[in-house]
Amino acid sequence: MDPLRRSPSPCLSSRPSSPSTPPCEMLGPVGIEAVLDQLKIKAMKMGFEFNIMVVGQSGLGKSTMVNTLFKSKVWKSNPPGLGVPPPQTLQLHSVTHVIEEKGVKLKLTVTDTPGFGDQINNDNCWDPILGYINEQYEQYLQEEILITRQRHIPDTRVHCCVYFVPPTGHCLRPLDIEFLQRLCRTVNVVPVIARADSLTMEEREAFRHRIQQNLRTHCIDVYPQMCFDEDINDRILNSKLRDRIPFAVVGADQEHLVNGRCVLGRKTKWGIIEVENMAHCEFPLLRDLLIRSHLQDLKDITHNVHYENYRVIRLNESHLLPRGPGWVNLAPASPGQLTTPRTFKVCRGAHDDSDDEF
Amino acid sequence: MTLLVGKPWNEELRNLSLSGHVGFDSLPDQLVNKSTSQGFCFNILCVGETGIGKSTLMDTLFNTKFESDPATHNEPGVRLKARSYELQESNVRLKLTIVDTVGFGDQINKDDSYKPIVEYIDAQFEAYLQEELKIKRSLFNYHDTRIHACLYFIAPTGHSLKSLDLVTMKKLDSKVNIIPIIAKADTIAKNELHKFKSKIMSELVSNGVQIYQFPTDEETVAEINATMSVHLPFAVVGSTEEVKIGNKMAKARQYPWGVVQVENENHCDFVKLREMLIRVNMEDLREQTHTRHYELYRRCKLEEMGFKDTDPDSKPFSLQETYEAKRNEFLGELQKKEEEMRQMFVMRVKEKEAELKEAEKELHEKFDLLKRTHQEEKKKVEDKKKELEEEVNNFQKKKAAAQLLQSQAQQSGAQQTKKDKDKKNASFT
Repeated sequence: MDPLRRSPSPCLSSRPSSPSTPPCEMLGPVGIEAVLDQLKIKAMKMGFEFNIMVVGQSGLGKSTMVNTLFKSKVWKSNPPGLGVPPPQTLQLHSVTHVIEEKGVKLKLTVTDTPGFGDQINNDNCWDPILGYINEQYEQYLQEEILITRQRHIPDTRVHCCVYFVPPTGHCLRPLDIEFLQRLCRTVNVVPVIARADSLTMEEREAFRHRIQQNLRTHCIDVYPQMCFDEDINDRILNSKLRDRIPFAVVGADQEHLVNGRCVLGRKTKWGIIEVENMAHCEFPLLRDLLIRSHLQDLKDITHNVHYENYRVIRLNESHLLPRGPGWVNLAPASPGQLTTPRTFKVCRGAHDDSDDEF
Repeated sequence: MTLLVGKPWNEELRNLSLSGHVGFDSLPDQLVNKSTSQGFCFNILCVGETGIGKSTLMDTLFNTKFESDPATHNEPGVRLKARSYELQESNVRLKLTIVDTVGFGDQINKDDSYKPIVEYIDAQFEAYLQEELKIKRSLFNYHDTRIHACLYFIAPTGHSLKSLDLVTMKKLDSKVNIIPIIAKADTIAKNELHKFKSKIMSELVSNGVQIYQFPTDEETVAEINATMSVHLPFAVVGSTEEVKIGNKMAKARQYPWGVVQVENENHCDFVKLREMLIRVNMEDLREQTHTRHYELYRRCKLEEMGFKDTDPDSKPFSLQETYEAKRNEFLGELQKKEEEMRQMFVMRVKEKEAELKEAEKELHEKFDLLKRTHQEEKKKVEDKKKELEEEVNNFQKKKAAAQLLQSQAQQSGAQQTKKDKDKKNASFT
């Protein structure tokens, strides 16, 4: 062969050869772990975002709970609905704040749902909520498919939905079950027993067991979902949490003096209910779950699972989804494409290669 | 993979004051834990002539021996060889991919040397783009193969950049983060080195080559990045052999006139390279690749494919719509081509069949002819044989007759002689 004639050979492999990369022993420090610090610095500079939604009937203490969680007056004015007749239709009320702690900036968005379950006829009261959640996914999707994208797409997707179960002491009501069934497929749902100070310890446990049974019977998968446990440590940790869900919580934003300490609590004639005392209520568990340990996980699952599910459905069968505000009109589908909407469950870690299905 | 991209949002939102410890200061730790469990990817492309020390430098940088055989100088063209390795340091897992340009600078005609490199980089971007555009995709456990850093090895001539270097770097600067380094720096004396470096930098600037800028917007790293930038391009020496210096073993190269220590900042800039590449800016390199180079590629590719963000009536297009339309168009074309091919195939088959039939007929005819000829020949031979036999018979007859005559003649002769003899005898008596 003529050595001067260059054969335009493509690269040997356009992707690295071995799928299983051989581990290499390093004989001394290289400094790779410095990348963790680099990550941290970057994260601190950029700030974090967190969007939480509270759903429940009026009077269950949702706004107080939010104030207690973030130790600030998240709702500037009186909580909507207080002393005012409940609105005729379900309205969604969002407020955004930037809070900072030890150099870490968090952009917090809280969405309230006054009027949920307050009407006489509560048919489809979950539709506006689902519409809102899907609208946020839609906005993100539209930003993501632009040709010239922003460097950082603002994330308004709901990362966690806290559902307040009224403390009847019996079991979940049909409204609760309907709502939870629909929502747990679209967003991370954390159910809590609201106003738990009206139940004794035994009543709480019994109520909790019945609710857990209800959830199992109706196949409602609340956060933390078992199928997303990454390894054995995760599973152990999350199983402990799953045992205690739904948490029995009490919210309070006033401080009282107890044994010389200043604590957040509710003062009643028969005693002071300390919010942060594990013997009194399980608020610390909720706070730890939502903020101290699982916040990043909530965001990851929203991004990797719920958003991806939405995207798949949207790109495939969008002609069957109900039209909501601000949704893009897609071209009508050919008859061969009409199928019944299936709910996709994309499990993390399962690598699916079947994209030729679509 | 958790990728951090972006800049801080402006403070037009209300800042809320907290009355107690909420606890989200653990967020960076939560994030870091997540990233640690997923592992990191880092891909380095080494561009340089054969024998300039690319593999040795990689071995030295990562303190390990990556198995590779030295390349020959006989490569017909430039090709890229990618190898992946898994490194672990404390609890950080790094999937390192090193891409080597084999045969770079060895050809007599180096016009197209840069092409395989550009193609490779584009192929990695394309693979990521394809994954991103898939309907059912899994980006979070996608093995990112996009090149995060390109180490360009400059030969230590001491004069200036070669034109091949300039051309290649110009082609690569919009696609990848280029970090130029002077290889085998132990062949340059210190005073020459300074001149060489400034010459290189000024040439890069005058030719408009954009090399990677170490970020200086972050207070924690701004200082160190600024001081290091002054020393670009880094003059490095690589060595995996250890030499005893004082009472320690250190990586060095031993010459009769002295020992060049790799990790001695007076001898070469290896330590600076390691600091910049790994310990300070690895995350920034990854981010630049994703937010700048990849986005540029994506934008160009999508525009090429005919997508727009808004149509002339400034109504937003849906990517999906255009995608579907294109897909249908493509499928239609595909079907048409298929039909064409099928028809052509059928026609060809028919033709071939006809040809074969013709040939068969011919063969049959030939066979008949041959058979006939053969028969004729056979008959001729038979006739001749008969003739011959007749002749032989005649001859035999004649021979027999002749013999008879002869014997008769002999007999009569013998009788005559006897008679004569008798007569004589009688006359004697």
